[in-house]
Amino acid sequence: MAEPVLSVRDLRVEFVTRRGALKAIDGVSFDIARGEVLGVVGESGAGKSVTGSAVTGLIDPPGRITGGEILLSGYRIDNLPPEQMRKVRGKRIGMIFQDPLTSLNPLYRVGDQLTETIRTHTNLSASGARKRAIDLLAEVGIPAPDRRIDSYPHEFSGGMRQRVVIALALCAEPELIIADEPTTALDVSVQAQIIALLKRLGRDHGTAIMLVTHDMGVIAETADRVAVMYAGRIAEIGPVRQVVQNPLHPYAKGLMGAIPSLKGDTHRLTQIPGSMPRLSAIPPGCAFNPRCPFVFDRCRVERPEPIARDLHPVACHLYDEAPARTESVA
Amino acid sequence: MSDVSRVDPAVSSRSPSWLVRFFDGDVWASFKRSKLTMVAATLTLMFFLGALLAGFLSPQDPFDPAQLELMNSRLPPLWNAEGQSPFLLGTDEQGRDILSAILYGLRISLLVGFLGVAFSATLGITLGLLAGYLGGITDTIIMRIADVQLTFPAILIALLIDGVVKAVLGGNLDAGTTLSVLVVSIGLSFWVQYARTVRGSVMVEKSKDYIAAARLIGLPPTAIMIKHILPNVTGPVLVIATINLALAVITEATLSFLGTGMPETMPSLGTLIRIGNNYLFSGEWWIVAFPGIALAALVLAINLLGDWLRDALNPKLR
Amino acid sequence: MLAFIVRRAFQALGVLLTVGLIAFSMFRFAGDPVNQIVSIDTPAAEREEVRRSLGLDDPVPIQFARYLARGAKGDFGVSYQFRQPVSDLLAERMPATLELAFCATVFAIVFGILMGVFSGLNRESFMAKVFQTISLIGISLPTFLIGILLIYLFAVTLGWLPSYGRGDTIRIGWWSTGFLTKSGLTALILPSITLGLFQMTLIMRIVRAEMLEVLRTDYIKFARARGLTTRAINFGHALKNTLVPVITIVGLQLGSVIAFSIITETVFQWPGMGLLFVQAVQNVDIPIMAAYLMLVALIFVVINLAVDILYTVVDPRLRSSIRQPA
Repeated sequence: MAEPVLSVRDLRVEFVTRRGALKAIDGVSFDIARGEVLGVVGESGAGKSVTGSAVTGLIDPPGRITGGEILLSGYRIDNLPPEQMRKVRGKRIGMIFQDPLTSLNPLYRVGDQLTETIRTHTNLSASGARKRAIDLLAEVGIPAPDRRIDSYPHEFSGGMRQRVVIALALCAEPELIIADEPTTALDVSVQAQIIALLKRLGRDHGTAIMLVTHDMGVIAETADRVAVMYAGRIAEIGPVRQVVQNPLHPYAKGLMGAIPSLKGDTHRLTQIPGSMPRLSAIPPGCAFNPRCPFVFDRCRVERPEPIARDLHPVACHLYDEAPARTESVA
Repeated sequence: MSDVSRVDPAVSSRSPSWLVRFFDGDVWASFKRSKLTMVAATLTLMFFLGALLAGFLSPQDPFDPAQLELMNSRLPPLWNAEGQSPFLLGTDEQGRDILSAILYGLRISLLVGFLGVAFSATLGITLGLLAGYLGGITDTIIMRIADVQLTFPAILIALLIDGVVKAVLGGNLDAGTTLSVLVVSIGLSFWVQYARTVRGSVMVEKSKDYIAAARLIGLPPTAIMIKHILPNVTGPVLVIATINLALAVITEATLSFLGTGMPETMPSLGTLIRIGNNYLFSGEWWIVAFPGIALAALVLAINLLGDWLRDALNPKLR
Repeated sequence: MLAFIVRRAFQALGVLLTVGLIAFSMFRFAGDPVNQIVSIDTPAAEREEVRRSLGLDDPVPIQFARYLARGAKGDFGVSYQFRQPVSDLLAERMPATLELAFCATVFAIVFGILMGVFSGLNRESFMAKVFQTISLIGISLPTFLIGILLIYLFAVTLGWLPSYGRGDTIRIGWWSTGFLTKSGLTALILPSITLGLFQMTLIMRIVRAEMLEVLRTDYIKFARARGLTTRAINFGHALKNTLVPVITIVGLQLGSVIAFSIITETVFQWPGMGLLFVQAVQNVDIPIMAAYLMLVALIFVVINLAVDILYTVVDPRLRSSIRQPA
């Protein structure tokens, strides 16, 4: 198997506060291959966005990486000095943020923001950068890019602005794109277009994409594989068809139950009772145990490690037991 | 036990005096937390006491020409070899003791400051209440004047009023009249902020139900304004007044420094600095330095108190 | 855009008319204009004659209109103390005040922005705390005390800089400038610092607060994610976005700089309009006071208008919202 574009090994991130260190990410591992889209889902606060920030080296203080390693095409990047990490950002890792309304500097023309990024990472001349900027705008589907390049962000609609943001992420042909809730702030009708665009770009350029979202619908449509995060850990990770159609982890089951289906199912959407614990109050053992309908004694004391059972890894004691117990669950 | 307190609610609500409530309250708690504020408060208190007790503390009455001896003129401070008792901070050209002059000058500065603040607060609150409560053309006129006045720095307006009043009254004014003119100029320069704040609060309160109720039972507008609306603005007005006290003291000092304020026969801190400024080049630095330090410390202390008061009364801000 | 500027221009005219009314009232009622013409021992009959010839018997609105019309042509009457046309006196002293105000503003903007950016970026550093302390002093201390302190330090004790006056000036047409001689330039230093210190602290505080605000925004995070250099982010993206409120303050304060120069000019015996005004107040020279008031109002109004136009240059969003009223 070829080297994965992104390889995260046992990543730990802590936020140091007055009342001690809070573990935002607690031992997360995953790979993304060339051309692959990995969806990362979970409730807000599960650590999805922090994982993305950790990969780009942009965790807001007082957060910091306290363990594990991050490899980009086989080279460690989590311990690079700031100046070298800056050169990785934008050049080898592109980033897309949630809200296109606030991601662009309102006082600069989109063309200036594009050429500025291009010239930071390549040796192109001013006119060369401008030409590339127009090509990029055309590629992300902005009509009349040679005119629109001189527009200001507020002169674009929300969907068009997100296309500009994507063009900005693509400036230096990165190996990896981290898209943090790229469709959340958009109209439903525009969401599908942006998702289709991302998918096409990933395929055309062979870019690996880490798609962070809380929207299972988006994941089901876009991702090749999916990682379900809960309280700073990965609960289950696997091919998207398996996880969506046959989730193993009780939390993932609850999450999938929460996707409305169009296929005429009339039963009520299931809910997960309770809410995710705050980082300062994560229970011992399995973090999900207070909400889990299948909880048993071991869950309250011992933390489950991801075990590759059957098809894909899942961090749940249910699958470490005799098959009989698994039957009772399914 | 609880029955007793229920007998007369008026008594029970009043029984902890306002003093007790103050010391139990948040404001006092926040005061005790801030060391800088306590230093500022102590300093302010010392200045106030110094001004009040100037007659007892000063070795001489600097306003009484009979007590001045030319022999004692331009003596350096006591710690200097040429210094002489009882002139702790030295003397000026006329043999006036600097410390005494500062204490008496402080009295004038604070008097003008307090009266100026009282005048501007009364004027501003009244106009603000009228503008907010009556609305319409009254509101428009008052607020337009406020807008135009805000265009100019207060010191310019105070100077202008000072000049105009002098033109109307004509000739040389005695110290007492000058003091009144100063109070009026300062009062007329600083009313806008009160008026805007009060007007804003009135607009908010006016729409509330209890005001409508008060109107329904036939309370006259003045009673509604004074009894019901005014208590709502005491906090902000107090903050403005504290900060404006520092501004008023500065304005008075500036006017006196510019030569349009208190005369040399009855000097304020600003006048003392104006006098001392003439001796800067001949080496008698103490004539200007000590009044200057006194003014700076006074203004800084009041400002710090004002900042603290603003934060303490507005916990949302911090 | 044009409609917006026209509306603002009308508002400005309203302010000027109000101030004109005040100036006229001062001129007409606070002092007797007849005294400008006649001497103390002129007989009463002759005074009446002068009064009629000046049009002081006409209805007050007509007199007001006449005052404004003459004022528009620069005629503000004759100074009581100097027996010279007020406009000549002001014109003669205007270069001194404007050059001082210009230097003070440049000083305030340059140092205010530098210190503000620095303390916004390095919030906890020692220097940031030093700047905070300077700003507390700058805001609390009366201007004239700062001036005296600077004179004592740099002129009396160290003897580095002159303590009063403009130094040598060179006339270019009617304008006398201190920019072209060494003594003229050194004479500008202390007064400019004294006059600009308050504005500097104000600008510093605002830039610092805005900087902290802007650095938290998404587009700054996104700029980091794009791998832009720290320099490009801080001085390109962040600083430009803090400039809008700074322009407001600088603009509004420019008018006050000219008015505040009254104090600075007195401390440094700077031969400008402010010193002239203080002398006018001391000697109850009403025509000069009225004219100075009008002049400051005019300067203020013009600056405000310029600030409004400048906004639209910096912020493209305003440009389009003004063009297409929503």
